[in-house]
Amino acid sequence: METRRKLEILADAAKYDASCASSGGTRRDSRSGGLGSTTGSGICHAYTPDGRCISLLKILLTNACQFDCAYCVNRASSNTPRARFTVAEVVDLTLGFYRRNAIEGLFLSSGIIRSPDYTMEQLVRVARALREDHGFRGYIHLKTIPDAAPELVAEAGRHADRLSINVELPLAASLKRLAPEKDAARIDGAMAALSEGIAAARDAARTARRARPPRFAPAGQSTQMIVGADPADDAAILGTATRLYGKHRLKRVYYSAYSPIPHASAMLPPVAPPLVREHRLYQADWLLRFYGFTAEEVLAGGEAGMLDLALDPKTAWALKHRGQFPLDPNAAPREALLRVPGLGVKSVERIMAARRHGPIRSADLARLGVPMGRALPFLLLPDHRPRTLEGAHLRAALLPATAFARAAAPAQLSLF
Amino acid sequence: MRVAVVLPGPADFEAWRRIARGLRAADVPPDQVAWHLAGEGPGLFGDDPPAPARAARFAVPRAFLALAETVIRHHHPERFALLYALLWRVTGDAPRLLDNPAEPLVARARAMASAVRRDAHKMHAFLRFRAVETPDGVRHIAWFEPDHHIERAEAGFFVRRFAQLRWTIVTPRVTLVWDGQTVQAGPGGRKSDLPPEDAMEPLWRAYYGAICNPARLKPGAMRAEMPRKYWRNLPETAEIPRLMAEAPARVRRMAEEAGAAPRHTPQRRPGHEPPPEA
Repeated sequence: METRRKLEILADAAKYDASCASSGGTRRDSRSGGLGSTTGSGICHAYTPDGRCISLLKILLTNACQFDCAYCVNRASSNTPRARFTVAEVVDLTLGFYRRNAIEGLFLSSGIIRSPDYTMEQLVRVARALREDHGFRGYIHLKTIPDAAPELVAEAGRHADRLSINVELPLAASLKRLAPEKDAARIDGAMAALSEGIAAARDAARTARRARPPRFAPAGQSTQMIVGADPADDAAILGTATRLYGKHRLKRVYYSAYSPIPHASAMLPPVAPPLVREHRLYQADWLLRFYGFTAEEVLAGGEAGMLDLALDPKTAWALKHRGQFPLDPNAAPREALLRVPGLGVKSVERIMAARRHGPIRSADLARLGVPMGRALPFLLLPDHRPRTLEGAHLRAALLPATAFARAAAPAQLSLF
Repeated sequence: MRVAVVLPGPADFEAWRRIARGLRAADVPPDQVAWHLAGEGPGLFGDDPPAPARAARFAVPRAFLALAETVIRHHHPERFALLYALLWRVTGDAPRLLDNPAEPLVARARAMASAVRRDAHKMHAFLRFRAVETPDGVRHIAWFEPDHHIERAEAGFFVRRFAQLRWTIVTPRVTLVWDGQTVQAGPGGRKSDLPPEDAMEPLWRAYYGAICNPARLKPGAMRAEMPRKYWRNLPETAEIPRLMAEAPARVRRMAEEAGAAPRHTPQRRPGHEPPPEA
């Protein structure tokens, strides 16, 4: 089979993994040899019509798989065409695209063939060839196969910037039903092992005196949950995410709306992917990580364990806690300002800086880049007093203008 | 007394800094200075700066220099005067001015600096090389059209990333040539200086098409991050109309095929995965 046909099959097979970040990890460049650099913040080199970014060459080594996970296009019982790359093909594609400045590096995953160890060994061979034979200094993200031997995982961590294991589904019972060969406890154990390895390598690097200790995934680990393939509500999803951030110190949890796939299983009838729900989960995730919200607080903005689909979760929360507003940005503490709809981490910083120089008025807020329509109903300024925070009209006024505006909202938000 | 000054280049920070220092030392207020670029101004040299009114020793906050170095790359002709007005204030009545992001002059300068940084980020992201054989070996050549005067400042990014390659970046205003040791900057070029598509480009376009999920189109989100003005210089964007047009039929086919009788799980039998050269 031609490389081009394999590339089409094995990229098509990889696209349901939402992760594409190339951030974090150590800074390095090629001035002393090799190819590539990492800047710490990652670069999105292109965007596809599905609104997602291309940062890494995201492919499977093979989409042949012994497992029969109902939600997966590559499951054993699917009629999807199969292919397998050689190590050299993946290396050549990665270096070739990288030299043209089309990617930041490689995100390599694989179907399970022969055994977990055999599969992991194949992934490690690609990373080893890139790093040791070609001096590749770009970004490498490897999918880790649960149950693979610890020494293979250790070598993967030496070469890779990031490792990941997908929890796949928010509920262990759903995993049992839809992915019979997978086991939530084993996945959790593998994530715990990665978390320990990452922390140990970080501590060792901090205290090392002479020889540098071996690297282990300096950009940390991430995971993905499929949304809408099982009956889990947003409370279950955000609960699992909170547990993963806390217990395994994950860098990111990705939420992937279950999307119709070719040759889909009859267990999952084809429906439009719940893109707005996915978007709201990312927004909620941001509130958990950067805005001091707990999962319970974010969910309090919605009803019965589900987020409000029509409004962003911070606005939804604020509308149900109107007694805490209006806030005076000239006096309120940082934690309170972070809860005002429309105020991001950066605009709160600017407000805190500006108010040391004198009272902030509405013209100042506009200059600080605050979206006035969303924020003003919740703010009290020397020249502005919100008319009323009561009644249903406020919710109506805060709804995005059109269904198109909602649909066009980006699936992945950037921090600022 | 009104002073006309002429800068040698559109983003020559050192020249601006030298002239601005002289004007500040001579206590020439911002509204008395007219800033021009060589070739666009009144004469080649402008007026001589007036003699300093006092010893030219005044403290310039480090934060001002960092901001000014970025803002001077902005294409707006107002940038030289804006920076001088800021310099006037931070070395005069308002040494803490830059700490206040709500101050109109500061907000304006910060907005210009972020536009420059965004332009640089898009250059790192959307510039594409093509490989071409030359008598001296393979050279990677790119054509890019930045909004601001960022070419020289961003050469370092490509040096760090591609130090071991030989590359050329052509823009309408500047050509950068890396020979492995230094970057030579020369006059700008044309898009026709770009060599024809190389062997990797069809593979890259194939990857772009295959990684897109037709069941979840969000063209608005795509355009927000990758505005149309960049499309003409990106090889993969030629695939966008096809991907958009084919998507509905592909999703319909998925719905029709869903739940079709599974094949007899050939992937399960050990050793039956496709061989490496399949």
